[in-house]
Amino acid sequence: MKLTQLEQELQRARQQGIFISSSGDQSQSMSGNGALAFDVEYARWLEEHNRRINELRGAVNSHAGDGELRIIVDGILAHYDDIFRIKGDAAKADVFHILSGMWKTPAERCFLWLGGFRSSELLKLLINQLEPLTEQQLMAINNLQQSSQQAEDALSQGMEALQQSLAETLAGSLGPSGSSGNVANYMGQMAMAMGKLGTLEGFIRQADNLRQQTLQQMHRILTTRQSARALLAINDYFSRLRALSSLWLARPRE
Amino acid sequence: MDRIRDLASKKAAVIFTKSSCCMCHSIKALFYELGASPAIHELDQDSCGREMERALRSLGCNPTVPAVFIGGQFVGSAKDVISLHVDGSLKQLLINARAIWF
Repeated sequence: MKLTQLEQELQRARQQGIFISSSGDQSQSMSGNGALAFDVEYARWLEEHNRRINELRGAVNSHAGDGELRIIVDGILAHYDDIFRIKGDAAKADVFHILSGMWKTPAERCFLWLGGFRSSELLKLLINQLEPLTEQQLMAINNLQQSSQQAEDALSQGMEALQQSLAETLAGSLGPSGSSGNVANYMGQMAMAMGKLGTLEGFIRQADNLRQQTLQQMHRILTTRQSARALLAINDYFSRLRALSSLWLARPRE
Repeated sequence: MDRIRDLASKKAAVIFTKSSCCMCHSIKALFYELGASPAIHELDQDSCGREMERALRSLGCNPTVPAVFIGGQFVGSAKDVISLHVDGSLKQLLINARAIWF
């Protein structure tokens, strides 16, 4: 895909307020291209997601039957699988871009965890939106919220261990400069650090796996109608965050 | 493989790791959070480490660490453990194996 074509798509997406990249045009490097390509794919995915959500909203408001709702809901969940796959490929090419969240709006980025949303927070939001729930459902949703939180905490701890390990490796290469022994040492430490950086992609993959599994488990617990309301509520929440980003960037300043 | 099976049978929850592996750190943290006390075996600290790693790979474990066994049965890698935890199966497996009580 030609760069100009990509840039045009990006401009169109920006105008639609789908996302705002405050870093301007990225035209520096090879990985800049990969990042740009992902940003465009994400913008396209989001556009399609919004279209499906509007379809769902229409169906819910016009009191469509369970059968019709199920088709739309299943479609949206399958579409979520698409973005997780796209993110996975993008993380292999440029893990730092995914981690940076520069492909999301500023307010969304503020709440970013390992390259995406926190399932446990989403579930907390939903519990109030989903009433009435049966006793069994309430317990299942609470368990799911707890499990996703535990998994998030575990992954966060692994990331902290990685950062600490990286810091120790880099600090180990510090010392008086000049001697050839130190150059070899430096190279060795850099090689080790590179190896550790390579594991970052695994964390993003597991974080996305957690998001995907949580959405699917949520869908298993809920009725079709409840799943529909859940997906609409999730979309409303992120739409508001995106709108907040636009308002914030456009705010009058002295 | 024998060594893997042998070690895996010695405790209700067993995790094969490498000392440098941070994802292993995550899975260990999850088990501790659930109240399990898994036996941890670091392949890079074991003289048979290379063969053990090959055995794990032959079980389909990719990446080879962390490799989780519960009740002597191979459960999987990080992705499998997280998926099982989300649908509630992990806790049940640990309870059945008497690694935890609730």
